[in-house]
Amino acid sequence: MPSESIGGAPGTAVRPAVDGDCVAHFTRRITAAGASLVRTESFATIPEAVRAFLDELGFSYNLVCSGERAFDTIAWPAGFTLALRTAADGDHSSLTGVVAAVAETGSLVVAAAHHSPNTLHFLPENHIAVVRTSQVLRHLEDVWRLMREHSGMPRALTFITGPSRTADVEQTIQIGAHGPRRLHVVLVDA
Amino acid sequence: MNTTAHGFKERSVKALQNTTLQEALARAYGGFVHKRQAAIDALPEFDALCEQARRIKDHALDHLDHYLEGFEAALTAEGGKVHWARTPEEACQQVVAICRAHQARRITKGKSMVGEEIALNEALEANGFEVVETDLGEYIIQLAKEPPSHIIAPAVHKTRGEIAQLFHTFHQRIERSQPLAEVPDIVEESRQVLRSVFLSADVGITGANFLVAETGSVVLVTNEGNGDLVSTLPPVHIVVSSIEKVVPTLEDVTTLLRVLGRSATGQAMTAYTSLLTGPRRADDRDGPSAMHVVLVDNGRSAMLGTAFRDMLRCIRCGACLNHCPVYGAIGGHAYGWVYPGPMGAILTPRILGLRAAPDLPQACTLNGRCQDVCPVHIPLPALLRKLRMEAFTQRITPPRARFPLALWALLAKHPRLYHGVMTLAAGLLGRLGQRRGRFRTLPFARGWTEGRALPTPAVQTFQSCWKHRRRSDPS
Repeated sequence: MPSESIGGAPGTAVRPAVDGDCVAHFTRRITAAGASLVRTESFATIPEAVRAFLDELGFSYNLVCSGERAFDTIAWPAGFTLALRTAADGDHSSLTGVVAAVAETGSLVVAAAHHSPNTLHFLPENHIAVVRTSQVLRHLEDVWRLMREHSGMPRALTFITGPSRTADVEQTIQIGAHGPRRLHVVLVDA
Repeated sequence: MNTTAHGFKERSVKALQNTTLQEALARAYGGFVHKRQAAIDALPEFDALCEQARRIKDHALDHLDHYLEGFEAALTAEGGKVHWARTPEEACQQVVAICRAHQARRITKGKSMVGEEIALNEALEANGFEVVETDLGEYIIQLAKEPPSHIIAPAVHKTRGEIAQLFHTFHQRIERSQPLAEVPDIVEESRQVLRSVFLSADVGITGANFLVAETGSVVLVTNEGNGDLVSTLPPVHIVVSSIEKVVPTLEDVTTLLRVLGRSATGQAMTAYTSLLTGPRRADDRDGPSAMHVVLVDNGRSAMLGTAFRDMLRCIRCGACLNHCPVYGAIGGHAYGWVYPGPMGAILTPRILGLRAAPDLPQACTLNGRCQDVCPVHIPLPALLRKLRMEAFTQRITPPRARFPLALWALLAKHPRLYHGVMTLAAGLLGRLGQRRGRFRTLPFARGWTEGRALPTPAVQTFQSCWKHRRRSDPS
């Protein structure tokens, strides 16, 4: 990416302090923003976590998913179907990875790409996101470093901080406006 | 949007008498203020971030041409197309032309204040397109055929009951015996009704919260996720943005995001913050195949190099509206155009001309709260005072107000005359009002005494009291 700054552009010396363990900070912030989160010790136990979430809400095990390599290596139990495609109306639940997570704000960072269609992040009622603990970055700026190290900006890069909401009726916060009603984070120690 | 900014006084009186509006305003007024305060209390670095934000915006405005061209170059390199529009008419023509070229019929929109400013919906509808607002607040006021009354909460003037009645009237396909009553039901119904609209639109139009010169990215901040559906599902995405929204780098936009959410809704980060950089890439499975950005000037570049340049730092958080006692009393519609409250009282006369909105700069008590809460330190009261001076020197201020001001100026500049007139006036009023202790009505000032009484002044002026005391006790 070309640098567009010219002489005298102010740097960013000021950042909110994010002390201590990033993963703990991230967990606190994203759950405060209305997401549910479950921590699991390995990829092998992801199906267990996903099943518990879907069972509690009474949803089927049909998932539209992104093309995370990790999802292929997991032995999905009988009854699960995973379809790697764009989301369509009527798809209840999506399962995706993330490109990063941010402790400062408790945000997931998702990017539109061939293996991660953007509709997966916005159309279904339930968005289940798998986050590896090693993906949790301290500050928002750390995401830009990641982008610059790789291939630059994707078509769409979104910070997701909780489920969809609106306060347009009498300033009352109501979850589930147009995007996902539920954001479920499966945090894997990896 | 058509302006009625010249009828400010009449509409203010009506707003004060409208009990439903007063109910809605009372609810909103405290909510925003408390949420913002809680968010700032939780962030010790907030003031330092605001100072940083101010410097970033100042720098970007100092080199606006450079960064706008940088933005255009970077977005073009990613396959996007930038259009330049000097006036609202040019901007609307460009958007209409793009929609025609793609043979669009149905258009979904995300909330855009610049869209309101250039009257985009009216232009699109006049050209036969179906336009549907998707932000819940904007959708509500589109049904009600009203302009927004707040820059981040367009339907803040509506009560739940009014919204339920609108849905009952317009959502006739949904069968029910009586209007909805609860907030969750209203939100749920809007989700269901708009879902098929999102999926069937030919063009999606959004605004922009920021533009990043470094990467050519459009930054979109929402809580509902409607902006992402509008910019992802239809085959064409059009962004309308004013030119002052550009900042140099991703780091710069980060600082602005940190103060925007907290100042607006008290959120450290809204539910969705997206950076959109061009149309879908060669191997993407979804996303629009064309992305256009229309950059609108509409009076901005004329503000550069003047005292009003500071106004271009505005990031549209709405904090000045939420903390303004005048806005809190009369709501947004009284201001008569797109931007209400303190920022609107400056922007409206700058964009439309002072003659179109002569009363707006007067609708201020100069209490200074707007400046205190502004995250980019815009000197709003000073700019309002400057507009008042302009109105006076250009003889826009009506004679009724000019004459007393001129008289006052004359007295203030001649101390002896001032002393003489004050001694006379205080003596006369003091004696006349001695018995009651106040005046219920005064000739030439009926408008002022209608809402309040004038306490009887002391018979002697301060100056003569002072002289007497000095004489009797020279120490």
